[in-house]
Amino acid sequence: MRLGAARFVGYFFILPYLIFLALFLAYPLGFAVWMSFYEYFFAAPGAVVERPFIGLENYRNLLEDETFRTTIGNILVFIAVNVPLTVVLALVLGAALNAKLPGQAFFRTSYYLPYVTASVAVVAVWGYLFFGDGLVNRILGGLAPEPSWLVNEFWAMIVISLLVTWKQLGYYVLLYLAALQNVPRQLYEAAEVDGAGTFGKFWNVTVPGLRPVTLLVVILSTIIGANLFTEPYLLTNGGGPVDQTLSPVLYMYQRGIEQADAGYAAAIGVTLSVIVLLVAAVQRFALERG
Amino acid sequence: MVKRAYSLIVCVAVVAAVSACGGGGGSSDAVTATGPIKIWLSDNALEISWGEALVKQWNKENPKQKVTAQEIPAGESSEAVIQASITAGNAPCLIWNVAPAAVPQFQRAGGLVPLDSFDGGVQYARERTGGLVDQYVSSDGQLYQLPWKSNPVMIIYNKALFEEAGLDPENPSLATYDEFRQTAETLNSELDIAAIWPSADQTFFQAWFDYYPTFIAATGGDQLVQNGKAQFDSETGVEVGEFWRSMYEDGLIPQESAQVDAFAEEQSAMSIVGPWAVAVYKDLDWGVVPVPTPDGTPPDDVYTFSDAKNVSIFSACKNQKTAFDFMKFATSEESDRALLEESGQMPLRTGIEEKYADYFEENPLYAEFAEQSSRTVEVPNVPNSIEMWENFRGAYSTSVIFGRKPVPNAFSTSAKEVEELVKEGG
Repeated sequence: MRLGAARFVGYFFILPYLIFLALFLAYPLGFAVWMSFYEYFFAAPGAVVERPFIGLENYRNLLEDETFRTTIGNILVFIAVNVPLTVVLALVLGAALNAKLPGQAFFRTSYYLPYVTASVAVVAVWGYLFFGDGLVNRILGGLAPEPSWLVNEFWAMIVISLLVTWKQLGYYVLLYLAALQNVPRQLYEAAEVDGAGTFGKFWNVTVPGLRPVTLLVVILSTIIGANLFTEPYLLTNGGGPVDQTLSPVLYMYQRGIEQADAGYAAAIGVTLSVIVLLVAAVQRFALERG
Repeated sequence: MVKRAYSLIVCVAVVAAVSACGGGGGSSDAVTATGPIKIWLSDNALEISWGEALVKQWNKENPKQKVTAQEIPAGESSEAVIQASITAGNAPCLIWNVAPAAVPQFQRAGGLVPLDSFDGGVQYARERTGGLVDQYVSSDGQLYQLPWKSNPVMIIYNKALFEEAGLDPENPSLATYDEFRQTAETLNSELDIAAIWPSADQTFFQAWFDYYPTFIAATGGDQLVQNGKAQFDSETGVEVGEFWRSMYEDGLIPQESAQVDAFAEEQSAMSIVGPWAVAVYKDLDWGVVPVPTPDGTPPDDVYTFSDAKNVSIFSACKNQKTAFDFMKFATSEESDRALLEESGQMPLRTGIEEKYADYFEENPLYAEFAEQSSRTVEVPNVPNSIEMWENFRGAYSTSVIFGRKPVPNAFSTSAKEVEELVKEGG
C-alpha cells in the first residue's frame, strides 16, 4: 500500500472519534465561548426572545463578583490541601503496595474501592462521620470543633479536601504502581552497593524515577480539584457555611441552571478553564525544571 | 470526572444548540386546536392517584381529546426539569406542579401560554380564586398560571414532647416572639432537643420555610419586594431576622440541616409546614398554631406564606384548547373536592371552608390550615425571581444562621442588590 493510501485509511479509522470530538467537545466549547459574550438564556424553540451581544460585560461583572472571588479562594484552599496530600499518600502507598506484602491483592483492592464507589454513597458515609452528632465528634467529645466540622468556616473545606483525597487516592496509587514497574532494578542494586537503606532507595531512586507520573498526578488532581462539585453540593448544603465551600463549578451551576443566566455561567466556565490551564502550565514548568 | 467543568459547559451548549435547531413552539392556531395532550403531575403519590382518576374520567367522556398523564421526570428540582423541557421543546401541555417563583423564568424563555389567550381564561381564574389571582399576574399584565392549590405554612408542635417539658400542650405559648423563644428555651433545656429545625440549606426556596412566613405575618401581609422596593430591610423585616438570629445564637436551632425528618424522629419539638403534614405525621399527636409575630397578632389576623403550586399551559403544546378545557375540568368544584379528600391540600378557591364544610368537620387538623388559607401571601411575581431569592438566602445564611455579619447590614446590602435585579429584568 502506498503511503498516501495508508494515511487515508488511518484518517478513515479515526474519523468517528474526530466527529465525536467536533460534535461534543469542539462545537459546544466554541458555543460556550460565544454565549459568554451575550446576555444568553435558554428559551423555547422558536420563541422570539432578546439575547443581545454585550461584549465583555459578563467578564467585567465576573471580576467584580465577590462570590466568584470567594469560590476561587475556596478552590485554592482545596487544591492546597488536596494536591500535596494526594501526591505524598499515593506515592508512599504505591511504593508500599509494590513490595511483596502478605494480603497485597486485598490492600490494592481496598484502596481502589472508594474510587469506583458512587460519590453520593461516599458523601452519605462521610456525613455520618462529620455531622454534629456524627462518629468523629462522639469520639472527640469535648475536643470537637465548635461549630461542628461541616458548618465550621475553617474546617468545612478541609473535610471536603480530605474526602476527595481519600476517594480519588486509589486511581493515583494505580498510576504509581504502573510506573514503578518501569523503574530499573539495577538502580536499586546500585544504590544498595552505595550503602543506601530503605528510605535512601525510596528517596534517591523511587521518587526521581516517578517524576513524570508525579507531574501527571499533580496536573490531574489540580484539574479534578478545580472541577469540584458533588461533594459541596451534597455534603455542605450547596456551598455552605456562608459560601465557604462554594466551588466555581457549583457557582456556575447555580447561575446557569438554577438562575437561567447561561451567558454568565459560560463566562465563569471559560474563565475557570483559562485559570486551570495556566496553573497546570506553571506546575508542569516547575516540576519539569525541578 | 476529569473534565467536569467542560462537561457542564458542553451540556449547557448542547441544550442551547438543540434549542437553536428546534422548530416552532406555540402558535396562534394551537390556541384553538383540540386533540390528544400530555400532562405532568408532581411526584406526590396522592396527587398522582388524584390525577389518574381524573384523567380516566376525562378520557371516557372525551375519547378524541385523550389525556396522557405521567409523573414529572426526576431531576434536581421540578423547576430545573421544566426549564430543560422548555428549552428542548418537549414540554407537555400542562404541568400540575409549577412554583410561582419560577414562572417569570419560564415566561422569559417563551415556554408559557398566558390564560389571556383563551376566551374567559382570566375570568375563570378570578371566579375560582377571587382577588388572590392578582398576586400571580406577571409584570406584563398577563396571567401565565392558574392558581391551583396552596399549602399555608403554620407551626406544628408535638404535644407529647410539650407535656414532657412541662408545657401546656393544648394552649402552647407561641404567639409572640418572646413567648416562642421562652417555649423554645424550655424545650431545649428540658429535653435537650432542637426547639424547631428549619433547613440550614442555602438553596433559594428554603427562605419560604423560615423567614418568609414570619416576615409576612409580622408585616400583616407584605411581599418580600413590592413595587420594585425590597421590604425586608425595613425595621420590621430586620426585627424578624433578629428573632431567628437569637434562636440560632442561643442554640435553639441547629446550624446543620437535619439528616432525617427531625419532627418525625422527635429530634425537634416543632416544625414549620403546610397541610401535607397531616398525612405525613399521622402517627404523632400534634397541634397547630399560626407562625409567631412580634407582639402576638390575633390568630384570625395572621397572614402566612401560601406555598402554592399552580398549573400552566406550555407553548410546546399543539392542542392548547384541549389543555385549557382539561385544566378547567380538573379545577372544578368537584375535582377540587377530590384533591382535598385525596391529598389534604387546599385548592386555591374562595370559600373552601363553606364549600367543603363536611370534610373539615371530619378532619379538624385540616380545618386549621383551611382557615389560614384565606390569609396567604405569595412570592412576588418579579423578573429574576430565583436570583433574587438566592441573593436573599445568601444574606440570611450569612447573618442569621451563621452570625457572620449583623442582620441590618446584610439585609440592607441584599435589599440594594435585589432591587437592582428586579429593575434589570423589568
